[in-house]
Amino acid sequence: MDLLANLSLGFGVALTPINLLYAFMGCFLGTLIGVLPGIGPVATIAMLLPATFSLPPVSALIMLAGLYYGAQYGGSTTSILVNLPGEPSAVVTCLDGYQMARQGRAGPALATAALGSFFAGSVGVLLLAAFAPPLMVLAANFGPAEYFSLMVLGLIGAVVLASGSLLKAIAMVLLGLLLGLVGTDVNSGIPRFSFGIPELMDGIGFVVIAMGIFGYGEIISNLGRSEKEREVYTAKVHGLFPTLQDFKKIVPAVLRGTFVGSVLGVLPGGGALLGAFAAYAFEKKVRTRPDEIPMGKGNIRGVAAPESANNAGAQTSFIPMLTLGIPPNAVMALMIGAMMIHNIQPGPQVLTRNPALFWGLITSMWIGNLMLVILNLPLIGIWIKMLKVPYRYLFPAIVLFCAIGGYSVNNTTFDIWMLAVFGFVGYVFIKLGCEPAPLVLGFILGPMMEENLRRALLLSLGDWSTFVTRPLSAGLLAAALLLLLVMLSPAVKKKRQEAFEE
Amino acid sequence: MKIKSQKDFFSGLLFMGLGIAFGGGALGYKLGDAGRMGPGYFPLLLGSLMAILGVVIAFKALAVKTEGDDRIGSWAWRPLVFVLSSNLVFGVLLGGLPSIKLPPAGLIAGIYGLTIIASLAERRFNSRDVLILATILAAISYGAFIALLKLIVPVWPDFIAG
Repeated sequence: MDLLANLSLGFGVALTPINLLYAFMGCFLGTLIGVLPGIGPVATIAMLLPATFSLPPVSALIMLAGLYYGAQYGGSTTSILVNLPGEPSAVVTCLDGYQMARQGRAGPALATAALGSFFAGSVGVLLLAAFAPPLMVLAANFGPAEYFSLMVLGLIGAVVLASGSLLKAIAMVLLGLLLGLVGTDVNSGIPRFSFGIPELMDGIGFVVIAMGIFGYGEIISNLGRSEKEREVYTAKVHGLFPTLQDFKKIVPAVLRGTFVGSVLGVLPGGGALLGAFAAYAFEKKVRTRPDEIPMGKGNIRGVAAPESANNAGAQTSFIPMLTLGIPPNAVMALMIGAMMIHNIQPGPQVLTRNPALFWGLITSMWIGNLMLVILNLPLIGIWIKMLKVPYRYLFPAIVLFCAIGGYSVNNTTFDIWMLAVFGFVGYVFIKLGCEPAPLVLGFILGPMMEENLRRALLLSLGDWSTFVTRPLSAGLLAAALLLLLVMLSPAVKKKRQEAFEE
Repeated sequence: MKIKSQKDFFSGLLFMGLGIAFGGGALGYKLGDAGRMGPGYFPLLLGSLMAILGVVIAFKALAVKTEGDDRIGSWAWRPLVFVLSSNLVFGVLLGGLPSIKLPPAGLIAGIYGLTIIASLAERRFNSRDVLILATILAAISYGAFIALLKLIVPVWPDFIAG
């Protein structure tokens, strides 16, 4: 049995007392820093990365895995408690998680995020061990035309996330794509829409957009209401852990999320990111039972599915990372950077030349994940207490941590000015009833989408029909069209409206 | 003609304006053709789409009434001004303003400035509470960002740090 042999090789490397200690340390520090609002996993890992340089390679990777899970879970915590996504995929967790927190159900939401992630991560490890070689073939079949079509499908899927007008959501996606293009064009080297500002040549930072639009916009809008109708959180906290009924809803959602995330995670570049969005969109299509809270209003399935998809995707995304050397997200890019510092060159050769390290890495991700559950389930009670802090003390703290977090990404005050700009933009969006989640996905995919469109059309000599003559690409576009038609059909439209007005 | 949905009408106008701005900006770059796209091709495509969509949204807002509350309502000027300006003051205190030769006052001064100004966004302003809050936040930030994470940032004003 290859599978068992590989896994036992990995665990043999990773399961030593000293390595478990490093996993614990990483997880602890990662959670501690990641839970500060405005400091996402990317910033957390970037800040703590130097601490691992002096360790032996396997220990360093294990500590990084702990940091990764700790920071990511810390990011989910801030998404749920204060509506601040630390990374793109956490945007989806905000939708239902924050609503749950406002209804006094932050505890179950946090527990669901941890348990769902752990389950999905475990499945991801098994999938990786069992199917890594055949899945590598699937990833190799994807050309630029397929990527472009996949992204179109992903963006149409993102429109499902918005609860308001469909047209406005599409316009927000377009605006996101355009904002993503700001900065130096990789092909011609010409800075676009940068108004001669040197800091804009590198583009607008994700952290700045997310914190400005979600954090500041929400704070200003909250403060605009009178204190009585504000009531950000209900005083009553209903339980710390999910009830049996919750579990009945969570389990299928976690399974669906794990499946969607695992499949999409295999696709290099953006696959893992689309996982959380796709899982949420998929979950929304699953019929809501009459006794259930609608999606987007604090449904626990809306936390379980994307959190599992995200983690499953993070595991399976090792496949493209190690075969093509393309990191699926910014955090993984940092991990690759850390590997290089330890003289490990990511690529297919890691698997053949250094199997102990490869499988050690995979199992250490799982250990990091396990450590997270052990460490964080008891901590949920403490995070909940944070919500008891009166809003007039909480909001200056959030503004401050956003400002410091924005500054810390590039060590420049320019990002603080941009934070103010996007805070204003975020407030305008709230006033106009434009939901920001689709914009954020568009922003992330903008440069990748342009790149793949360019390449696809370069290969076809400018012939647009390449997108429909290649079967895989045509299938993806057809799925996108179908999704759009389903949403536009009067029956669904009516239902969608009803669901959101209840 | 009466606007049936205020929110949609003005979002339509906003998208139209932004679409035209981005599209117009894209015309300033080399367009190329589909086979060899210049830097302006994709943004022009997106900008035009967005402008058209904006027009459709605005016209729909004139004709169809959407359900629910579709008025924009009054703007929350007080929190808007104080939250954003607290952020700007923090930036100026933290990094200084080289254009007018203002030296950095450091992180700690920035935290006090931000907390005090942001708290003004609330009508109830209790100066004692706010100062206590600022002191707590300064201590936490110093511990987390300076002691633990070694963030490279001026902590104290130049004349103290020397």
